[in-house]
Amino acid sequence: MRTAPDNIGRVHPTPVIDVSMQQPHPAYTPTAIGLHWIIFFLIACAWPLGQFVSGLPFSPQKLRLIAWHKWIGVTVFMLALLRLAWRLYRPPPPLPLSDLQRRAAGAVHALLYALIILIPISGWLFSSAAGVPTVYLGLIQLPDLLHKDKALAQTLNQVHATLNWTLLVLVCGHAGFALKHHLVDRDGVLVRMIPRLKVRKSESPS
Amino acid sequence: MKCSSLALIVLFGFNPQTVLAQAIDYARSQITVQSRQMNVPVEAPFTKFNAQIVFDPLRLEASSARVDIDLASFDIGDADVNENVRDRNWFDTKNHPIARFVSSSIRSLGGGRFEVRGPLTIKGKTQEVAGPFTLKTNGADRVFEGAFAIRRLQYSVGDGVWRDTSVVADEVQVKFRLYQLGQKPASKK
Repeated sequence: MRTAPDNIGRVHPTPVIDVSMQQPHPAYTPTAIGLHWIIFFLIACAWPLGQFVSGLPFSPQKLRLIAWHKWIGVTVFMLALLRLAWRLYRPPPPLPLSDLQRRAAGAVHALLYALIILIPISGWLFSSAAGVPTVYLGLIQLPDLLHKDKALAQTLNQVHATLNWTLLVLVCGHAGFALKHHLVDRDGVLVRMIPRLKVRKSESPS
Repeated sequence: MKCSSLALIVLFGFNPQTVLAQAIDYARSQITVQSRQMNVPVEAPFTKFNAQIVFDPLRLEASSARVDIDLASFDIGDADVNENVRDRNWFDTKNHPIARFVSSSIRSLGGGRFEVRGPLTIKGKTQEVAGPFTLKTNGADRVFEGAFAIRRLQYSVGDGVWRDTSVVADEVQVKFRLYQLGQKPASKK
């Protein structure tokens, strides 16, 4: 236990944890952080891959890449459910923000969760309607909830694409605001998800 | 004229294949192939084919089947893929429009199950194939349903870059359901 003289020379025991070392804002749990970044990484692969593949001519490469895209999608779906379950089990620390900002962030987060669950489902249904089942990792065949239906497949393809563009816009907003909080507001919001970052203290000498 | 039709029956009576071949109801029949792409089973039909079946479970030696499939009628539900499958690397429908199966023998497996065997010609290449089928009756009508496996590379189906069986498997299931009407055909088309 460290001790330090106070300004009139008396010595007091100080708390075990040095106040200056304490996280000013509690972070997400390592599990939640890990899931967040793994899901981000997988979507960052699957999103452009899906976009790229849809423009390819019929070829073995196309079939292979479609399979990979679907495997990543199924993985995202499972991890998203896990993430949601973990969030309910270990709710994140409250955002150090105003009520309005907190609500706005909450709405975006809810939409992001909805999308990372709905997008794989829409892709899976699209694939079913196109008459191509999904076989996870080439090993586990998912059931087909829909019969082969060309018109329905086209519609579901559009739904899948629209949801994905919505996701892209929301993710850009999500990341943009996280950076704004970190770089402009310096309020520790981003540190909750990247604990290695330090809250940037105001550098002006005062 | 009565005489000549009688003569026809007598004449063709020696050839049961002609007399007993009954009409196929194509609306209730189908021939599909199931391939595996990245281990994903994908099934698609040939919408045009012609089948002649003479079948007497008590006279299997006199029974026979002959099926001609219009390969260009393959329809996987995607125009781009259909187009590609007609291409030289796949069916090459320009040079080989028809796939043909002619039975050489039919034997009973018991319990309403049979095995048909015979040469199958696709893309100018012929291989012996065999597969089980079941016979079911629906009133006077009869339904033949079965499947057999072929190896696509033996017929050079999926050539060039498509020879890679890690993407499209070599083994392909051919499934058939042939619905034969019980009545004799009323008239020839």
